[in-house]
Amino acid sequence: MNNGLCISAHCRIKDNSAALNGETVFTLEEASFTQFIKALYRDQKFEYSKFFKMDNLSKLGFAAAEILLSNADDKIMGEEVGVVLANANASLDTDVKHQESIADAKNYFPSPSVFVYTLPNIVIGEICIKHKFTGENACLISKSFDSDQLFEYTMNLFNNGKVSSCLIGWVDCYLGEYDAALFFITRNNDKKSNFESERLKSIYQNCS
Amino acid sequence: MPAPLIASHNILSPLGFSTDENFSAVRNGKSGLALQASSPTSNTPFCAALINTDKLDMAFQAIGNPNKYTRFEKLLILSISHALKDSEVDIRSGQTGILISTTKGNIDLLDAENYHGFGENRIHLWEAAQQVQAFFENPNVPIVLSNACISGALAVIMASDYIRSGRYNNIVVAGADIISKFVVSGFQSFLALAENPCQPYDKNRNGLNLGEGCGTIVLTNNKKAGLDGELIAVAGGASSNDANHISGPSRTGAGLTLAIGKSLKNAGISAGDVNYLCAHGTATIFNDEMESLAFSTAGLSATPVNSFKGYYGHTLGAAGLIESVLTVKSMTEKLLVKTAGYTDCGVSGKINVITENTQANIHHAMKTASGFGGCNAALIFSKLS
Repeated sequence: MNNGLCISAHCRIKDNSAALNGETVFTLEEASFTQFIKALYRDQKFEYSKFFKMDNLSKLGFAAAEILLSNADDKIMGEEVGVVLANANASLDTDVKHQESIADAKNYFPSPSVFVYTLPNIVIGEICIKHKFTGENACLISKSFDSDQLFEYTMNLFNNGKVSSCLIGWVDCYLGEYDAALFFITRNNDKKSNFESERLKSIYQNCS
Repeated sequence: MPAPLIASHNILSPLGFSTDENFSAVRNGKSGLALQASSPTSNTPFCAALINTDKLDMAFQAIGNPNKYTRFEKLLILSISHALKDSEVDIRSGQTGILISTTKGNIDLLDAENYHGFGENRIHLWEAAQQVQAFFENPNVPIVLSNACISGALAVIMASDYIRSGRYNNIVVAGADIISKFVVSGFQSFLALAENPCQPYDKNRNGLNLGEGCGTIVLTNNKKAGLDGELIAVAGGASSNDANHISGPSRTGAGLTLAIGKSLKNAGISAGDVNYLCAHGTATIFNDEMESLAFSTAGLSATPVNSFKGYYGHTLGAAGLIESVLTVKSMTEKLLVKTAGYTDCGVSGKINVITENTQANIHHAMKTASGFGGCNAALIFSKLS
C-alpha cells in the first residue's frame, strides 16, 4: 500500500566500504576502522574539524549522514526533520574506555570529553548540530537491525504530524566492528521506493 | 484514535517502593538525598539518593530469586510487578507491549571479572530488557529507549503513540537507572555534582545530585481503567534537538521551547491551559537558566512549576518516568508540591516556582526534560471529564 512516504536515499558503511543508494563511493582495503574513517573523511572532503573530537560511534554516524544527505533538498526545514537511530551495542565502545580510566585507583583519570560520549544518542546530537536538525529524536536499542521497530516508530511520527522528513537507521560499533545503514524518509509518492518495513529490511540485507 | 489512558503506576526509590509511600514522603517534605560516606560507587563522600540493597533484595524475594537478576533488572521487575497489581492489564497478552527506558542499564557489571558472574551478554540493554520480558512471560520483543536524560519522558510519549496507532492495546513503560562508579566518576569529572542537597532554580544552586530508582506507568486504551476515581490520558508530547552543543544546554532555551510548542499543538491545548508544570530542574547553573528562558518564551511564566530533584536527585533515564508518576499523582491528589531546596530565585526567565504545598485542580499538566546530546522532551497529561 502506498503511504505517501518514500525512501529517498540510503547509505551504508561497512567492511571498509561506503555506498550511497547501492553505489560504492569509497573503499579502502585492509584498514582498521580508525584508518578507514579518516581516509573516508579526506576522500569525501567533509571539512568539519569537530569530527576528530568525536568517538567512533559518532564518527561513523556522522560520516554516513554526510554521504546520505549530500544530495538532499536544501529547502528542508530543520525543525521538521526527525532523527531516529538504533543499534545493538549502545555506547559500549566508549563505555569501556571510560571504565579503563577509573578501574585503577592509582591511575584514576576520568575525562569529561570521553564521558560525554558514553550515551548512544550523542551521535544524533552530532548529526543535528551539523545539519541544523531540531526535530524529533529517538535512540532505540535492539539485538539486531529491526526494520519493524524503526518503521512503526517513524510512521507514528509522520502520522502525528511531528515530522515532514526523517533520518532513520542503524549505527553500531564495538571493538573495531562497525555497521551503519541510514535511510532518508520523505513525503513523496514514489511507488518504487515506497517506505515499507520490508523494503528497509531488503535494502539492509542486500547491501551486506 | 484510542486515547492512551493511565491504568496504574509505581515508583521504586529510597523514599519507598509504592507510589503512595513516595507521594506521602514528598508531601511531607522528606528527601531521599543523604551524604554517602562509604558507598563503593565513589572514592570520596558525595550526596545522593541511593536504594538500600538489603531492603531491595528482601522485597524482591516475594516475587523471585534476587541472585538471578542484576540490581538494575530487580528495580524494573519489582516496580513493574507492583504497578501491574493495581491494574487489570494482562502482561502475558500479545496485545501488551513492554518499553524500557534507561541511560546506562547494567553498566556496573563492567567493573568486575566475568561481569559479576552474569556473563558478557548481560551488559547489553536488549539482553537486560529480555530478562524482564522473560520474567513476566510477555510474548513481544521489548522496545528499549536510551536517549540520555530525556529517556523516561520520551518513553512515555513513544508508548502513548503506540496506543494511538493501535499497535498495542496496553503498554508497560518502565524507566530505571542505578548509581555506579561509572556514572559517579563521570559526573565528578564534569564538576557537575553539588556537595549538599541540590537547590533547583535557586540563586545559590551549584550542581546536581545523583539518584537511583525506577518508575513504571501502565498505559491502556481501555476506558474502564480508573485511577483513584479519575481518568487521566497522555494527551500529547514531542521531542526536539538544540542542534547546538553535545554536553551543554542551549543558552536561549530554543530547543526546549520548540518541544513545548509542539507538545501543546499535539495535545490541542494552549500554554494558558496548563495548570502545572513538572520541570527537569537539575540545579546546575546552565540547565535551570535555560529552562527558565524556555518556559517564559513558551508562555508558561505564570504556571506553577516545581522540580523533584531535591527529593530524588537526578535519576537519569528513570527521572522522566518517576516524575511523570508524581505529576499524575499530583493531579489525582489535587496537590502542587513545593520545590525542595528552593528559596531565592536565581534564574533570569520569569517563572512561578512552587514554594509551599498548595491544593489545586490540575486539569492539564506538563512534564519536561532535557539532556546531553541537546535533546528535549515535553509531554502533557490531561484529566478526561
